[in-house]
Amino acid sequence: MPISTARDASGSRASSELYENVACPFCGMLCDDLEIERKGTKLEVRKNGCGKAIAGFQRELPKAVAAVDGKEVALAEAVKAAAALINQARLPLYGGLATDVEGMRAVMALAERTGGIVDHALSEAQYRNVRVLQTTGWTMSTLTETRNRADLIIVVGNDIEKLHPRFFERIVCPPGSMFDVTASKRTIVVLGKGPGQAAAKGERVGELVSLPCDIEQVGEVLGVLRARLRGFRVKPVSIDDITLADIDALAERCRQAKYGVVVWAPPVLNIPYAELIVDQITGLVKDLNQTTRFAGLSLGGAEGGITAGAVATWQSGFPLRISYASGAPDFDPYRHAIGRMLADGEGDLLVWIASFSPDITPPPTKVPTILLGTPGMKLANAPAVYIPVGTPGVDHEGRLVRCDNVVSLPLKDLGRSELPRVADVVAAIEAAL
Amino acid sequence: MLTKLSGGKVYDPANGVSGEVRDIYVQDGKIVAAPPPNAHIDKTHDLRGKVVMAGAIDPHTHIGGGKMTIARMLLPEDHIKDEVARTDLTRAGTGHAVPSTLITGYRYAEMGYTACFEPAMLPANARQAHMEMGDTPMVDKGAFAMLGSDDFFLRQLAGKQDFESIKDYVAWTMHASQAIAVKVVNPGGISAFKFNQRKLDLDEEHEFYHVTPRQIIVTLARALQELGVTHPLHIHGCNLGVPGNVETTLETIRAAEGLPIHLTHIQFHSYGTEGDHKFSSGAARIAELLAKNPNISIDVGQVMFGQTCTASGDSMRQYAISRSAHPKKPVVMDIECDAGCGVVPMRYRDKSFVNALQWAIGLETFLLMDDPWRIFLTTDHPNGAPFYTYPHLIRLLMDKGFRDDMIQKINPDAAAQGILKSLTREYTLDEIAIMTRAGPARSLGLKDRGHLGAGANADITVYKDDPDREAMFATPEFVFKNGELIVRKGKVVKVVNGATHVARPDYDRGIERQLKDYFDRYHTMRMENFKLADDEILDHGRGSLIVQPTRARVS
Repeated sequence: MPISTARDASGSRASSELYENVACPFCGMLCDDLEIERKGTKLEVRKNGCGKAIAGFQRELPKAVAAVDGKEVALAEAVKAAAALINQARLPLYGGLATDVEGMRAVMALAERTGGIVDHALSEAQYRNVRVLQTTGWTMSTLTETRNRADLIIVVGNDIEKLHPRFFERIVCPPGSMFDVTASKRTIVVLGKGPGQAAAKGERVGELVSLPCDIEQVGEVLGVLRARLRGFRVKPVSIDDITLADIDALAERCRQAKYGVVVWAPPVLNIPYAELIVDQITGLVKDLNQTTRFAGLSLGGAEGGITAGAVATWQSGFPLRISYASGAPDFDPYRHAIGRMLADGEGDLLVWIASFSPDITPPPTKVPTILLGTPGMKLANAPAVYIPVGTPGVDHEGRLVRCDNVVSLPLKDLGRSELPRVADVVAAIEAAL
Repeated sequence: MLTKLSGGKVYDPANGVSGEVRDIYVQDGKIVAAPPPNAHIDKTHDLRGKVVMAGAIDPHTHIGGGKMTIARMLLPEDHIKDEVARTDLTRAGTGHAVPSTLITGYRYAEMGYTACFEPAMLPANARQAHMEMGDTPMVDKGAFAMLGSDDFFLRQLAGKQDFESIKDYVAWTMHASQAIAVKVVNPGGISAFKFNQRKLDLDEEHEFYHVTPRQIIVTLARALQELGVTHPLHIHGCNLGVPGNVETTLETIRAAEGLPIHLTHIQFHSYGTEGDHKFSSGAARIAELLAKNPNISIDVGQVMFGQTCTASGDSMRQYAISRSAHPKKPVVMDIECDAGCGVVPMRYRDKSFVNALQWAIGLETFLLMDDPWRIFLTTDHPNGAPFYTYPHLIRLLMDKGFRDDMIQKINPDAAAQGILKSLTREYTLDEIAIMTRAGPARSLGLKDRGHLGAGANADITVYKDDPDREAMFATPEFVFKNGELIVRKGKVVKVVNGATHVARPDYDRGIERQLKDYFDRYHTMRMENFKLADDEILDHGRGSLIVQPTRARVS
């Protein structure tokens, strides 16, 4: 199967071009108001770029060529070598999965056909949410809903703005909102440490309440808050620097709120059993919805993580961590976590896909690795097969699902390179099996 | 290639054919008139003794979109024991109440269906809905855009904006989201819930916009009529599931004032408050009023016993029923100042008075509605039951003896209370063909679907004439899609991708100036990206588009 590149369809390109309404694929918020100029093969973010967007779009793209065992080969050769390795494998592991809807569709088809395992590089973070969803359900909001409606925003965890540099600007502090009825000023509570507070400024922000504590203590604070909201007496506590009086004051704010939103980013909750924090958050929301309106808002979802979970779910019924070893999807969120499988010596081939950031490198492993990666990844060892791929929304068109699991965005071809789509490379490998 | 389907008993109510033995000819995916006697026939299927109908059409089935994927993600236990392995022909996936997209397509086709319509596509989620439908093979698809709790429309209505501008917005939304029709869900109520209103009856005001569900319904119904959209406003009314909501439903019928409307899953809106349990059937009163209002069509949303999962745009009512969730893990979402959703797993038990009466109310509705052209067979998949229960439902309607046996098994109070036992009607094959093919096709404006006349698309289902109607409708002998044989003896033999049906009423593109400003000011998505391009449906050959005609716009 010939692999078409982005350039084929449109023929030659102008040497420079200005793109408007560009969606940024470099975090789960998918801001789509960027303006980007291309001069030759160089991109420059003209408007609305955050640090992550600039790093992503303007990254120097090193020249990269397909290679087998570290030796440069033609793309077709690399595809053939990948197919041969997959043919030999008894349990191929399809990991990374940092790609778009189209790439993920192709991976699902290949994994099914070859009896493989499907899991995303960052799904451990996402599973902090999935475990709670599958156990208790939840009540959630979305970005536009929160931006316009929330009069109380409780941000749980540290350094949200490092993951989502425009979260405060776009969601917490926009200049206006749809509803005059919503308090023109909103209250922001930051439960956690870090410079999060500094980011919450702007005309819409009224009071800013800081409740600094470590991630390990967040669940406890939320637990006391829920107990107080239910009217329980608790012994005077002091959790880090947070006193019972602080918690009671927060409880009162919660009761008074018309539409409160509790925001968290699963990757920030990077401690064992962090699903218990998510459970406290969604439990708090549930308690408060009996009398007023509250909702959760989960961020995170970088590297196409939400997209991989969504496509896997609609095609298989399960949110990743699926084995097709028997031909049918077998879901086991513990057993079929690729990180665990590699550590325990399970699986005999790793197929790793990372088309956004060069930091999503394949985990070290003794099994042969096929890497479909964006150029510029720093690897300890050359993979058995390397195929450089384009970045959706930069080198070719694509679609991604946003962190709130509702909105999906079209990604533009900004014409940076001729690198092929993951979807096409994976389909070519499948055709060569 | 000319194919002859020879000697079957044809039920084609749209063309007045009722069980007559006829030959049907198919060429290039279409049904054609009988060729001259000496014409070369490439392939003949001997259908003597078999029943031939157009491919079935489900006008209301939740097959694609975010809430279905939430439901899939929420309920791994729903899929366990119904995992489906890949074959050389078909992809892997999972069944049950909320099957994966691929299995949804295969199983609908294996049941003789060739078109399915997703009735609750949130414009904010339209892209994903279409991507999921793009991964639903075998059947044609289409979707209804949800309006009526979105801020832009409510603002227009509250601000008494020019009606032409409201029509432009409705039409723009249909274009932008690639819809064939428009649905309103708990009119204004999804929005009101976000303002902490817990109920909103037909004439109750939304506390912020100060508009009522009645105004919303009448405005949207009139807008669609004047835009020339064939399918009338598809209404999921106020107070779903609330005992006593029969009064709201009767009042909604009157509120239409002759405008065409479609009342969906009416079973969930037909509850009285009589009897010891303060819960009773309102089906007879509704049927009586519907008989006098030919402008109104319905589908039933039949409840069947067993585990399922309810999934609805009606966040207000889904939140309210979340205490009945089984298993106990409800999901509610407030979405984009546009809409909402609620996903609540549910187990309907035949020994429960309430569930048994819901079942009986649905059947009463079917049996009391005398015009089969205005009632469509649905379980509101998966809300009342998964779509695989249709053959069982058809047998309940066609076989009084079987129905009586089933009534014996349900909660005795529920069995004793209603009039179901006294209803002797048995549906005929003609009526089934109307309710599952000709009626939905006409209502949705699918001009070449749902019938077997020359020029129709060759979507054809052939059944064994089995007196056990459940067995008959569960396992068609042949299913043809665009003239190709895709199912043989209830199993997929060829995988095809269906088309997506849309309708595109005229509108003044000037509305985009207002919308662009609005999106820039309030939304987290640009208007340009909100709109779904044709290429996204065509998707490198994965899909195709059929634009169904609309009548000329009137102002």
